[in-house]
Amino acid sequence: MSDIAIARVGRRRAKYRPVTEDSPLARYALIATAVLFLALFLLAPLAIVFLDAFSKGIEPFLAAFHDPDALAAIRLTLLVAALAVPANLAFGLAASWSIAKFSFPGKSVLITLIDLPFSVSPVVAGLVYVLVFGGQGLFGPWLAEHGVRIIFAVPGIVLATIFVTFPFVARELIPLMQEQGKVEEEAALTLGASGFRTFLTVTLPNIKWGLLYGVLLCNARAMGEFGAVSVVSGHIRGLTDTIPLQVEILYNEYNNVAAFALAVLLAGLALITLGLKTLLEWRHADELSGRARRH
Amino acid sequence: MLNEGRFEKRVGVGIVVGLLTLALLASAHSQAGQTFLNVSYDPTRELYKSINPAFAADWKAKTGETIEILASHGGSGAQARAVIEGLDADVVTLALAADIDAIANKSGKIPVDWQKRRPNNSSPYTSTIVFLVRKGNPKAVKDWDDLAKPGVAVITPNPKTSGGARWNYLAAWGYGLKKFGGDEAKTKDFVRAIYRNAPVLDTGARGSTITFAQRGIGDVLLAWENEAFLAIKEFGADKFEIVTPPQSILAEPPVAVVDANADAKGNRQLAEAYLDFLYSPPAQAIIARNFYRPVHPEYAAKEDVKKFAKIDFITVDKTFGGWAVAQKKHFADGGVFDDIQKQELTR
Repeated sequence: MSDIAIARVGRRRAKYRPVTEDSPLARYALIATAVLFLALFLLAPLAIVFLDAFSKGIEPFLAAFHDPDALAAIRLTLLVAALAVPANLAFGLAASWSIAKFSFPGKSVLITLIDLPFSVSPVVAGLVYVLVFGGQGLFGPWLAEHGVRIIFAVPGIVLATIFVTFPFVARELIPLMQEQGKVEEEAALTLGASGFRTFLTVTLPNIKWGLLYGVLLCNARAMGEFGAVSVVSGHIRGLTDTIPLQVEILYNEYNNVAAFALAVLLAGLALITLGLKTLLEWRHADELSGRARRH
Repeated sequence: MLNEGRFEKRVGVGIVVGLLTLALLASAHSQAGQTFLNVSYDPTRELYKSINPAFAADWKAKTGETIEILASHGGSGAQARAVIEGLDADVVTLALAADIDAIANKSGKIPVDWQKRRPNNSSPYTSTIVFLVRKGNPKAVKDWDDLAKPGVAVITPNPKTSGGARWNYLAAWGYGLKKFGGDEAKTKDFVRAIYRNAPVLDTGARGSTITFAQRGIGDVLLAWENEAFLAIKEFGADKFEIVTPPQSILAEPPVAVVDANADAKGNRQLAEAYLDFLYSPPAQAIIARNFYRPVHPEYAAKEDVKKFAKIDFITVDKTFGGWAVAQKKHFADGGVFDDIQKQELTR
């Protein structure tokens, strides 16, 4: 009897599972944990945002977008993103270009610096600008004398946003460009193309999907940033409040429907970004990873 | 592959179009023009939302000028800090005289004797600290003693970060002093017992109101009288009721022109007129309607004034020797509140 039992156990064990595969139990437990976690901490809150926004019907939801302060917040958010994203696009291209194609002393320091905004709290990022440009700060008195407003005005908000969205484009492009090397550019240059033309016709087509991906992430964060912007905003209604700040204000004024209506707008922007990102990954996975070359 | 010349041209056109769009966006945003900024603290949002249009109409009737009044709200201390760092306030209407003192001392934009410039210590309205309890007052909270009883959950913000919370703390301390005949050690134990009953310390007064009213935490909220009335108005009289303790503290939120800013923006007259307006009959009526105690109750509607129960007031100046002294003794690092908190942690 025990022989049979041993044989059965042995057979079962030997059955199908290669040693490199986890037991089904572990697999299901892991998947369930991940899905449950996502549902609990991501999907449920998102659903509540949508439910609360429409809790009193569609009319109050739409009315939230007629409020001049809300419209001003939307305009400001778009303006800030429209300034911060191109700035970081230019910076990201320059940084990844120099890191991938040249070698120079301090290269690793530059790479570390690019990652700094990821590790620094956004509140600190905001405070740094207050310390530099604020009335008691380094350049504050000089700026005040010349009537230049940076902190508690749009320029400060743009600066803070640029700071927190610094790494997105560069981080996306550096590995891509490093993998692609500089052979093609050298070929173009030896064939007599100008530097700018080489960039437009050789480099750019090679990195365009990765670039777009970085810009999308950068834009999503630029529109959604709260902490750093909150510190430098001054919270002047209708003037220096971005959408995330306006959401907080409305919530604090017990105006839940309007607060969640704007939150839905932000969530909608995030979902569109996510959709575009998924589409990019699906259609251009090879070029994003830099494994394959065009031509 | 695209023809190279065309590709470059397209990129060029793209950049030009992008820049034009940006310029358009930026100009649309800067159309605000000459503006007037009132930097205030958190609970006055609703008040100044009513005051501002009334003043704008009054100003237009008197001068023919149309003005745009902007408002910024936040924690009183944080707002003072922002004005010191260059937030372009024409007037400040804050929770504590100490915060305006800080602007005067650190930035020099306001003369140090600012509080003498307007009647009633530059406070056009006053308020006090009351208790907001759940309907029917299930824990039978009547006076400050009841807050120290075991099993009563007290919601109050953190005195380290919130102006309102400091008033709560000092009101409790003032009651303790009276009860124990000025015995500081016993008063400290009494106040400690109250904070032992606090399950959370939010960073601001409005945060505490939301914790109590919306999240349903706690049995009693220590609140500004105006916040308590506002919560009842927002959430319904069937949910909460106000308990006015026999003794509480008189809060005098002060106002001041930020001279340097108003002069630089050419808003001096406007700023003075705005603050004078706060003492005028129409503004005093609006103030009472928004649950602040007007300094001229005779200008306000009778039914608004009737809501304010009679309270035996202590003041910071008389009981604590002024804000500067109270701040240093109780709320500075290493002060009495830190001590209470520390013993709380090592308990």
